[in-house]
Amino acid sequence: MSKIKTFTTGGIHPDKFKLSSDVAIEDAGIPEVVTIPVRQHIGAPAKILVKKGDKVKVGTLIADADGIVSADVHSSVSGEVIKVEENETGGGYLEKMITIRVEGDEWEESIDKTPDIVSEITASAEEIVQIIRGAGIVGMGGAGFPTPIKVTVPEGKKVDCLILNGIECEPYLTADDRLMQECAEQIVIGAKVINKALGIQNAIIAVDENKPEAIKALQQVTRRYVGVNVQVCATKYPQGAEKQLIAAVTGREVPPGCLPIDVHCVVQNVGTAFAIYEAVQKHKPLFERIVTVSGDDVKKAGNFRVRIGTPSSYLIEKAGKKSEIGKIIFGGPMMGIAGVNLDAPITKISSGILILKDESAYKPEVNPCIRCATCVDVCPQGLEPYLIHSLIRNGEYQEAKKIHVLDCIECGCCAYSCPARIPLLDYCKLAKYEIRKNK
Amino acid sequence: MLKVSTAPHMYSPTNTMSIMRDVIISLVPAGLVAIALFGLNALITIVTAVAGCVVMEYIACKYILKVKPSTKDLSAIVTGLLLAYNLPCNMPVWMTLIGCFVAIIIAKVAFGGIGKNLFNPALIGRVFLFISFPIQMTTWVKPKLFDFMNADVSTSATTLGILKHADAGTSATSLTSNIPNYLEMFLGYTGGSMGEVSAVALLLGLVYLLYRRVISWHIPFYYVATFFVLTAGFAYYTGDASLDPLTHLLSGGLFLGAFFMATDYTTSPMSKKGKIIFAIGCGVLTFVIRRYSAYPEGVSFAILIMNAFVPLIDKLAKPRIFGTGRK
Repeated sequence: MSKIKTFTTGGIHPDKFKLSSDVAIEDAGIPEVVTIPVRQHIGAPAKILVKKGDKVKVGTLIADADGIVSADVHSSVSGEVIKVEENETGGGYLEKMITIRVEGDEWEESIDKTPDIVSEITASAEEIVQIIRGAGIVGMGGAGFPTPIKVTVPEGKKVDCLILNGIECEPYLTADDRLMQECAEQIVIGAKVINKALGIQNAIIAVDENKPEAIKALQQVTRRYVGVNVQVCATKYPQGAEKQLIAAVTGREVPPGCLPIDVHCVVQNVGTAFAIYEAVQKHKPLFERIVTVSGDDVKKAGNFRVRIGTPSSYLIEKAGKKSEIGKIIFGGPMMGIAGVNLDAPITKISSGILILKDESAYKPEVNPCIRCATCVDVCPQGLEPYLIHSLIRNGEYQEAKKIHVLDCIECGCCAYSCPARIPLLDYCKLAKYEIRKNK
Repeated sequence: MLKVSTAPHMYSPTNTMSIMRDVIISLVPAGLVAIALFGLNALITIVTAVAGCVVMEYIACKYILKVKPSTKDLSAIVTGLLLAYNLPCNMPVWMTLIGCFVAIIIAKVAFGGIGKNLFNPALIGRVFLFISFPIQMTTWVKPKLFDFMNADVSTSATTLGILKHADAGTSATSLTSNIPNYLEMFLGYTGGSMGEVSAVALLLGLVYLLYRRVISWHIPFYYVATFFVLTAGFAYYTGDASLDPLTHLLSGGLFLGAFFMATDYTTSPMSKKGKIIFAIGCGVLTFVIRRYSAYPEGVSFAILIMNAFVPLIDKLAKPRIFGTGRK
C-alpha cells in the first residue's frame, strides 16, 4: 500500500462524532408532498417547464438549465404539480420551487431500475458530457457547481489526474462513507466514465484513514479496474477542500485565483461519481441522494436515500429527536448553514442534516484576542485571520485584500480554534463580500 | 424556537482560560522548588505577587478600563507567578506590590488590557524593581533545602555574578571552585531569583506546555540554541573561562525567560518565521548583555528589547500563502 498522505499547511483535528458510519443506508421512502427548488446549484436558476396541474413521473424534466452555469432539475416523485411559487430555503432565502403532490411511484420508462451493475462504458466522451448535463448533475460535496463544466477540459488546458474526493472531513457526516462502503463498484465505474470524458487514464480515490471499511471496499473493487487507485490520507480537516486535497494527493498547490485544472487536476466528489454512474450507465437523472441525519439531539443517527425535495422535518421524524431542537444545520458543523425552516427541502447538495440541542445552539462569549497565533497556525491557506479581523473592524477592506483574504476557503479552522472565540470566519466572509461588491 | 448563527457550529475545547490554567500548571514545579529551597519567604512573595496582580487587574478593569473584569481568564495569576519567580525571595512585601502595580497597571492595562500590551508585564515589573531597588533585587539568599524559616543572606552572589566580576587573571580552576557544580545548577541549589534556579523544574514545565500544545518549540529552542552556540563559540575562540557555555545555560534566567517569558503570546510574533527571528534576536541580545554590559544577566532586557520589534517582525515575517513561493 502506498504511503498515507496529507496536506502540510495548517489544518485541525476536531472531534469526529461519526455516529452513523456503521448504519446502513436506509430508503427514506416517499413523503406526501415534495418541494423542489429550481436552483440547487451555483449559477442561474433553471427555467421552469411545468405548471400547476401538470402530471409528472419520477425523472421527468421539470426545469431546464438556463445557460452553461446552471443545471437541469427533474421530478423526484410521480404525481401532480400543485404549486409553482417562491418558498423559503433552509438558509432562509426565497427561491422558486415546484411543489408536487405524490401519487404512486411511477418512473420514466428510460430509467434502468434493475440492481445490475453495468460496467461496460458504451457512451462516447461527448455523449457522456451530454448525459451528465441532461441528468442535472452538480457537485454533490456541497458546492453544487454544475458538473458538465468540470468534466470538459477547456481549450489549452491539460489534465493528467482525476481525484475522487472521499474524504468527508466534516464531523458527523457519513453519507459519502456509507456510499463508498455499499456502492464501491458504482463509484469506481463512475470514475472510469469521468476519465473517458476527460480523455485520461488514471483516477485516484482519496479516502481518509478514519474510514477503514470504505477503504477496504474500494480496494477490493479497484483490483479489477485498471487505472483507478485508492489513496489513503491522514485524517485532518479540511482535507476535503479541493485545494487541500490536491496538495495532499499530488503535492501540487493551486495558486491564488487559479482552478484545479491549472495544476492539471480535476476533483469530483464520490457522490457525484456515483450520480454520474447512474446517469450514464443506468439512464437515471439526479433526483435522489444520500443524506446523513445526525447531531447531538438525534435519537438514532442514520444515512438515508432521500428523494430531492423531501422536507427536512420528514427525515428528522425518521431519525427521531431527543428534545426540543435548538439548531438545525444543513451540511456539517464546520461549514454548514444554520436553518431557519424545519420544512426546508433536501436538495442535490444536502449532504447532511444535523440537529443540535438547545445548549449546543449558542455562539460562545467572545473575549479579547491574546495573539496566541493559533489562527495563523491552523489556516490551510496560510492567511492571518487575526490581522484580517482587525483590518475589517476598521473597515480596511483593500488592506485585507492585499493580505489575500480572497484566498480564504471559509473552512472555519480559525474560528473553531480561536481560544477567545472571536468569529474570525465571519470577518473573512464579510471582507470577501465587501471587496467583491465594490469591484 | 430555532437558533441561527454563522458557521462553524462547534469549537475547540481550548479557550483563553484553559491555556492560562496550563501555563499555571507548568509553573508549579519551579514554584515548589522555590519554596523548598527558600522557605516561607518564597511562599510569601509568590502569594503577594499573585494576589497583588489579581486584585489590581480586577480594580483596573472595573474602574479604569470599565470592562467586565478579565480576572476570570487567569492571566493575572500567570503574570503574578512570573513576576514572583523573577524576584529574590526576601523581597519586602511592599516592593513586590509596586512590581505588581507596574506590571498590571502600567505594562498591561495602560496599553488596553489583555492581548494589547507591547511588553511582557512581568518583565516590566521586574526591570522596574531592578532599577529602582538595585540592592534588594540583587541580594540573594543561599538556598537551604527544607529549612522553612531560611533567612540566611550570607551568600550574596549568583553564579553569573561571580563569573562577571571574576578578574581577568582568575584561573579556570579557582572560578569553578567558587560556583556550584552542574548538578547543583541543574537541580536549583544555587543563588538567584527564586523561580529561575532549578533548570529541571523549568524543563518539566516546558515539556508540559509542549505536550499540551500551549506553545510551539520554536522560541525556546532557537533562543537557547542561539545563546548556547554564541557562548560556546566565544568560549572556544577566546579561551575565556567565564564563558563556560553549560554554566551559562543552566544559570540565570535563561530557561525561565526562554520557556515562559519569550513565549508569551501577546508579546511574541505570530508566524513561525517571526518566532524564529524573535528567538534568535533574544539569544544574541542575551549573549551580548551577559558578555559586554555591566550586568551579569541579560535575559529580561533581551526579551523586552525584542518585544519592541514584534510589530515590525509581524509585518515582515508573513506565513507563506498557499500556492505561492513553492514549486
